[in-house]
Amino acid sequence: MSGPIRLADGGLIDRSRAVSFVFDGQTYQGYGGDSLASALLANGVVLFGRSFKYHRPRGVMAAGIEEPSALVQAGSGGRYEPNSRATDVFIYDGLQSQSQNRWPSLGFDLGGLNSLISPFIPAGFYYKTFFGGPKLWLLYEHLIRQMAGLGMPPTKADADIYEHRAAFCDVLVVGSGPAGLAAALSASAAGSRVILAEQDERLGGSLLTDPATIDGQASDLWIAKARETLMAAGGRILTRTTAAGYYDHDLVNLVERLTEPGQTPGADGLAQRLWRVRAGKVILATGAFERPRLFEGNDLPGVMLSGAVRTYLRRYGVRAGSRAVITTDNDDAYRTALALAEAGASIAAILDSRPADGVHSALVQKAMAQLPVHFGAKLIAAKGSAKGLKGASALIEGKVTALDCDLIAVSGGFSPVVHLHMQAGGTLAWDEISGSFSPDQTRQNQTTVGAAAGADGLSATLLSGWSKASAKAKAKAAPTCASDDDVALNIIADWEPAPQASLKKAFVDYQNDVTAADLDLAWREGYRSVEHLKRYTTLGMATDQGKTSNLVGLARLAKSEGRPVPSVGLTTFRPPYTPVTLGVLAAEATGAHLDPRRRPVLYQTHAAEQPIWQPVGYWHRPRAYPMGNENLHQAAHRESLTVRTKVGVTDVSTLGKFDLSGPDAATFLELICATTVGKLAVGRGRYTIMLREDGMVMDDGTVWRTEENRFLLTSSTGGADRMAAHLSYVRKVIAPHLKVAVANVQEHWAAVAVAGPLAKDVVAAVLPKMAVPRHMSLDVGDLAGVPTLTLAASYSGERAFEIYAPSDQIAPVWAAIAKAAREIGGCLYGLEALEILRIEKGHIVVGGEIDGRASPHDLGLSKMLRPAGGYIGATALQRPAFAEPGRLQMVGFEAVDGSAIPEGSMVLTAPKTLPVGHVTAAGLNVIKGGSIALGFLRDGFSRTGESLIAWSPTRNQTAEVKVTAPVFYDVAGVQYRD
Amino acid sequence: MLLIACPNCGPRAQAEFTFERPLASIVTPTETLPDLIHKLFTRENPRGPSWELWRHTYGCAGWLKVHRDTHSHQISAALPVDMETPS
Repeated sequence: MSGPIRLADGGLIDRSRAVSFVFDGQTYQGYGGDSLASALLANGVVLFGRSFKYHRPRGVMAAGIEEPSALVQAGSGGRYEPNSRATDVFIYDGLQSQSQNRWPSLGFDLGGLNSLISPFIPAGFYYKTFFGGPKLWLLYEHLIRQMAGLGMPPTKADADIYEHRAAFCDVLVVGSGPAGLAAALSASAAGSRVILAEQDERLGGSLLTDPATIDGQASDLWIAKARETLMAAGGRILTRTTAAGYYDHDLVNLVERLTEPGQTPGADGLAQRLWRVRAGKVILATGAFERPRLFEGNDLPGVMLSGAVRTYLRRYGVRAGSRAVITTDNDDAYRTALALAEAGASIAAILDSRPADGVHSALVQKAMAQLPVHFGAKLIAAKGSAKGLKGASALIEGKVTALDCDLIAVSGGFSPVVHLHMQAGGTLAWDEISGSFSPDQTRQNQTTVGAAAGADGLSATLLSGWSKASAKAKAKAAPTCASDDDVALNIIADWEPAPQASLKKAFVDYQNDVTAADLDLAWREGYRSVEHLKRYTTLGMATDQGKTSNLVGLARLAKSEGRPVPSVGLTTFRPPYTPVTLGVLAAEATGAHLDPRRRPVLYQTHAAEQPIWQPVGYWHRPRAYPMGNENLHQAAHRESLTVRTKVGVTDVSTLGKFDLSGPDAATFLELICATTVGKLAVGRGRYTIMLREDGMVMDDGTVWRTEENRFLLTSSTGGADRMAAHLSYVRKVIAPHLKVAVANVQEHWAAVAVAGPLAKDVVAAVLPKMAVPRHMSLDVGDLAGVPTLTLAASYSGERAFEIYAPSDQIAPVWAAIAKAAREIGGCLYGLEALEILRIEKGHIVVGGEIDGRASPHDLGLSKMLRPAGGYIGATALQRPAFAEPGRLQMVGFEAVDGSAIPEGSMVLTAPKTLPVGHVTAAGLNVIKGGSIALGFLRDGFSRTGESLIAWSPTRNQTAEVKVTAPVFYDVAGVQYRD
Repeated sequence: MLLIACPNCGPRAQAEFTFERPLASIVTPTETLPDLIHKLFTRENPRGPSWELWRHTYGCAGWLKVHRDTHSHQISAALPVDMETPS
């Protein structure tokens, strides 16, 4: 019988626990501890998926996270994960899994026809299609979208819960193989707090594949004891936890899987947890990846990495084939050959590319005594189909020889896993003989140990972990292994395929379907830089990030270049090490939890009126208070009309408010404000603007002198946080010598604005003992026992007051004012009416006209500037560009025929010409009717009366407009005065 | 993510801080126009150690001078803003 089978006994699986799962609609049985890959192999399944571009049949190559081919989608609905490696999914009862990129089915796939046209899909195919013009690309894009790709994206929102957790430790050990465990034990013995992270569900790493005798006991006992020792010392052991990224200052992100892909979480509902570990020192014991080799058909189902074949055999009790060919450049594959033979498989040939005249280790000699070993031999081609291998041809002693086999175990040497070391800013050293990069210099507090550091053999691996983990560690105390278990690799890297092999089917990057021929072609087309080669051919750009392919590709490029591998260079190693779900990165920051929601203190009071809400930054404020069946527009128009004719009440509690006091408060404010402040009399206020140091307007507000040495500064809601930071910056950094205290009292005070011709009557009604303050004056009062501060200032253009009260006492103040206003025909108004009213008056607003590009001159505010200068931004205003012609200046626009001016329009002199300006805010003339807008126009101050076009390409709307001054109501300015 | 030792709060994650600007680009109210233009628009972009102004925005809200290597991200000093910068 050919193909993979489950052996009658052996392995670390729990044969007493049968697990039932589904793959491509068919139900299979596996055992507890099986990976999806091992369980499918145990059921005789060899075909796992179709390749990205050519739809070639693919099986499973590896046994770990480096697997490039056997990608599956697991789960369904809101619990679904595409592109999961079948080798990195542990089966559970009810697992639903599917193969990817096949249609209509895995066995019969129409896309497989791509293999026939593969000569026409060469390297850089995507780029080449661009030369055919955009129309041709659109055609290709459609075809590529149909044919290429990996898993399907999920269609439902993620049903699971994720969390972030911060942790600190003296030593973080990544990897729990022999080196990692020895390192963790060593650090723990030295008194360090240890966190040990292992991506597998079991500790042990390579010991799970190659059990050994360590410190005189079986390795599984040694592992169990190590776990106990670490736990007893207060260490934290995280299994199924991948170190995904190594960031600055020794911050390592660990992704802990609490569920397998598609699995329903336990009672706490948690699917995954992201640990942000800040470590005193990081020990990387990440092992090494075995490399594939170049031969024709090296991607067929039945071609596997040699170490993976041994892992399936020893860990999962699965023999991947009955007759195997081994191709190797090192000793490790001999362990696979001997293990297969011991498990009853026949070995057709061991093809060792190393020369026959070398010194043979005891292991190799043992194999030579019982198995057909050929030195200086190479595999030419694997032959087979979606159903498995049918044989192979090899170059043995210079002759092409046919071999019968259903399994090819490949070992092209080992590459240390240096990803985290490189993410941490380390450098690499190249070893020509073994053909591998291993860590050289480090930039952070990290050390690499074991196979990841190039340690060869179990003894060296244990010693490396033990002694590098702690300065106190004595080499004598390091764990030791039995000499039989101490197998050196003796790699002699050989990148050269057999000359008879067709490189068009010799794959380098399995996941992205990049062949050796593609790399050669790209080089002939002039792609010499490894970074260019990568992007042109897509080598190493798939979800496996080239874990098995990068070095094979580099070696190929180096050969074309005639240069050594290290001089060709490396591409950058970026996090994450393995794919990370977006859910675990977002954790609780989704939906309503994405941003904080700031509720004004009167939120519940407004909610009772059922307003339309509007987010302003994090704040939620009423946009309008519709009555009956009014829509937003109707409600806002009614509210603005009421303000213009009677009186309106609105909540302005969210305005920025700052209390400045001290002998130098006036001097400090004269730095902040570009207007005159120092001469302000006590009890009076002024409108003011604040500039950035480059001269642009940053914010506007009002400044009030409440006492001789005390001021209240207000600023916009949206700019309040920025203003707070600015005030702090000026006080602490620019002018620390000034004697002034600045308190941010934004949320200490709440405020109600009353505006309209009858506003004075409302103030008189609620504060009968206080004389109504004159325009731009303030007074204190008492409203039903609540202390109030009334500022007479107008934003709407009507006579208006802002009545301040301590936030926790604002409710009765609001209620009294709203009641008094309603009794004389007034109403509540929201942000939309506020916007309409301020546009009519040409009052600028942050985010509208104050857009960071407008100087006070551009906004027509030159006359307000303090002539003596000395404020922040004054020097920058001398920049010649501010005085040059062609600046965008603020103007008003009036629709000629009454049609609406589209929001966000650009302003043109004639259709299809370049814009000469733009609309910042569009509104309506409240009393007279008609559409008006504010905006900017090149040299706008001198263009009053000009006819222009406001055009919104996104809304496909046009309005003819006339340029006006940016004020449409009460131009003389009498309405808001006393 | 950097670990910055706030003089008030001790070592804290970079996420709590806001980078403000290189110390050399602070514009004083008496700056001449050419100097202001240089500091705002034609700044140096050093590769290596550089003094910077940071704020512990989501901590003590204090300002601090940080000596950071822009290449290696090594931080050799974090001082209160009113402390003299070592030459």
